[in-house]
Amino acid sequence: MEIERRSLGSLEQPKNAEEFRAKQLKARDMLLGDLEGRDLEQYVEERVMTTTLERALNWGRANSLFPMTFGLACCAIEMISMVTARYDISRFGSEAFRASPRQADMIILSGRVATKMAPVVRRVYDQMLEPRWVIAMGACSSSGGMFANYAVVQGADKFMPVDVHIPGCPPRAESLLHGFNKLQRLVQGRPDLGWRQRYNAIGTEEWARGETKPTPEALERAAKAVENA
Amino acid sequence: MPDAPGLELIAESINEVRDGTVVETSFEHDRAALIVDPEGVTDALRWLRETEGQSYTFLSSLHAADYLPATPRFAVHYELLCRDRVERIRVKALLDDPAAGNGSDALPELPSCVELFPTAEFQEREAYDFFGIVFRGHPDLRRILMPEDYVGWPQRRDFPIGGEPVLYTHNEVEAPRWFE
Amino acid sequence: MADEPLRDEVSTERGVDRLTEDPVAPVVDAMAAEESEQDIEQEVMTINMGPHHPATHGVLRLIVTLRGEQVLDLKPVVGYLHTGIEKSCEDKSYWKVIPFVERMDYLSYFFNMEAFCGCVERLLELEIPDRAKYLRVLHLELNRIMSHLVWLGTSALDLGAVSLLWYCFRQRDNILDLFEMSAGQRMHTRYFQVGGVFEDIPVGFEAKVRQFCGEMPRRIDQFEALLDRNEIFLRRTKGVGIVSRERLLELGVTGPLLRAAGEPWDLRKATEYLSYPDFDFKIPVGTVGDGYDRYRVRLQEMRESVRIIEQAIDGLPEGPWIADDRKVVLPPRDELSTSMEALIHHFKLVTEGFRVPPGELYYSIEGPRGELGCFVLADGSSKPARVHFRDPSFVNLQAFRDMSVGGYIADLIQNLAMLDPILGGVDR
Repeated sequence: MEIERRSLGSLEQPKNAEEFRAKQLKARDMLLGDLEGRDLEQYVEERVMTTTLERALNWGRANSLFPMTFGLACCAIEMISMVTARYDISRFGSEAFRASPRQADMIILSGRVATKMAPVVRRVYDQMLEPRWVIAMGACSSSGGMFANYAVVQGADKFMPVDVHIPGCPPRAESLLHGFNKLQRLVQGRPDLGWRQRYNAIGTEEWARGETKPTPEALERAAKAVENA
Repeated sequence: MPDAPGLELIAESINEVRDGTVVETSFEHDRAALIVDPEGVTDALRWLRETEGQSYTFLSSLHAADYLPATPRFAVHYELLCRDRVERIRVKALLDDPAAGNGSDALPELPSCVELFPTAEFQEREAYDFFGIVFRGHPDLRRILMPEDYVGWPQRRDFPIGGEPVLYTHNEVEAPRWFE
Repeated sequence: MADEPLRDEVSTERGVDRLTEDPVAPVVDAMAAEESEQDIEQEVMTINMGPHHPATHGVLRLIVTLRGEQVLDLKPVVGYLHTGIEKSCEDKSYWKVIPFVERMDYLSYFFNMEAFCGCVERLLELEIPDRAKYLRVLHLELNRIMSHLVWLGTSALDLGAVSLLWYCFRQRDNILDLFEMSAGQRMHTRYFQVGGVFEDIPVGFEAKVRQFCGEMPRRIDQFEALLDRNEIFLRRTKGVGIVSRERLLELGVTGPLLRAAGEPWDLRKATEYLSYPDFDFKIPVGTVGDGYDRYRVRLQEMRESVRIIEQAIDGLPEGPWIADDRKVVLPPRDELSTSMEALIHHFKLVTEGFRVPPGELYYSIEGPRGELGCFVLADGSSKPARVHFRDPSFVNLQAFRDMSVGGYIADLIQNLAMLDPILGGVDR
């Protein structure tokens, strides 16, 4: 059996008066139920988009990420100013910051994680429902920041997985928004690998940790993700 | 601030109340300081608070410092303020480290001033938390900023600062990847 | 039925965190056990308002003992943001300590810098030029307004007036633009150095400050129009959380809390530091000391700060913006290519830092939350031997118990909002 794919038409704006009149007549016929056969197929195809369920779900998730209010320290103030009118985050879909971990998609660790607070953060993270993501905002939650001492956990990824690290002390609200956009692309399955992609530098990392270099399969997967992006 | 002769008079008057309380006076950077014997701290503070001409009724700050390697090692500073004349005076209690040399766990002690100045409650807890200085008579002496079961007195000078070394090429180590 | 207590289906003791051995819980357990025989209305519960809570203004943990909705006892547990800043400072030269202490009370970063730099300058007996004093006062008062704006926005959010958050943060963004113009960064600017300020203000800064001062009083009027005679706000804040003036003084509380209770104590007027004596401003003082008075005092303080800023920018003297002493202050960069001594000074200051003669000093200023004091113990080397901050939020938190015991939980939230604790300062 041969399957032939033909594209019948695409939804373009009419260029002149006759095309517009033709479009009007087609719409009238559709309403009356008079459109038949090839005309009907073309009409429908112009207005229907097909995709996989996974892509649709990811698109939905990415554009409505509800962060959890987890302000720890100074970065929290910049996070609040990202919520407010100038650097509005609700235009990207995060309309409401949910206080309950059961209702939130994502946690923004804004601020230094003290050793006394680390089990609390982990517990709150465990209470979140899948799928969930973590943004480590600022230098302190990414790597301990300027506080290399007994009281600060040197990076939140010592005790919980982190998806996006945002540098800065504190990062500007626009930085946080940029990181948020990267997370959105990650959720949609098109991870933005940044400069490694632009300069074709995947696989050139120097790994300070001995034999935990990425496997060739992982490198291939990364290259393929870059192509598909 | 009380000037140098005034400071001497204050020291004498306090020594009349309880002999040997004020060990020394010092006057530097326009600030007066009385160095007192730890057991007489509450007497000195009470005298400064209640005497008519002095009335240092506000305790601005209570903090401790570690003077290692000098002895006596610890000092508890009481910053007093008289709001009417806007004058400050510092009372300093010097404490020896009872655990020095003999490896015991003994902690330096002095009486608490919470009845005189209720503001000292949190601040004495902080001094205990970070230096191990025990305030006798404090209603609830336990750690305030560190976790309750922490071992060690973080802000002593011989306590290591902690943290991790930053990895450069010359000291790269293999860190265990916890998620594998 | 109006007093039906807030009850869980589960046991009376809900959610007390067993991660650390809590000395409060056994006592209250016993109390609850013997009271469970009594009438159901009189059950006593201990609830943990944990460090992660939408209303605790940071990571403050409260262990609240309740009968119904009435608060019987309250124990704040702090330390969830303890960063060991004071210990880290002992390891760094004086110049490098400035970014560390900035991040303690993270809404009043200029005040932290001023407390530390002022203390070190007094230890060095270093005089700072007049222009630096005026610039410092300008930035301090801008920071005070910014801190009060954040307070107003978040407190109103707690009490339900959500739109004020947006309005206050819009003004705050204007102030942060000013900081960005003068110092390059919105928050944690590292603008004050020992000896003066880091850099002179750029062209256009003065015009923008004047524009800001022109529009700010109108905005404060708008905030007041929203809240001053709002029935809900009045019902929630009037007569709530009153602590007597004497008790506040005993507890060491300073700042707007003390002034709202009727005590006209402000370090800007009482002790003369920087160039505050040159300016004409008033200290707002309340009468009763409830939540409404605290709100009014802070709003009025914002107005007075605008006046100070206007006077500062009008009277800004010409001259150097940092002291001349090359042993302490970096030489200007153009000198580095011509003068050998300047190069050597620069090298020594950057690698080792300046040395401070042995001594110790406690220096305090009036921050937005009260008396912010800095104690520096110098031992003659280029690193401080002890840096301690007397943070106003830490001491003011002791008044929280007095304010809330006997009231309802909703009043507790309101008291916490009006208390304005910044946990970075509490925990350091």
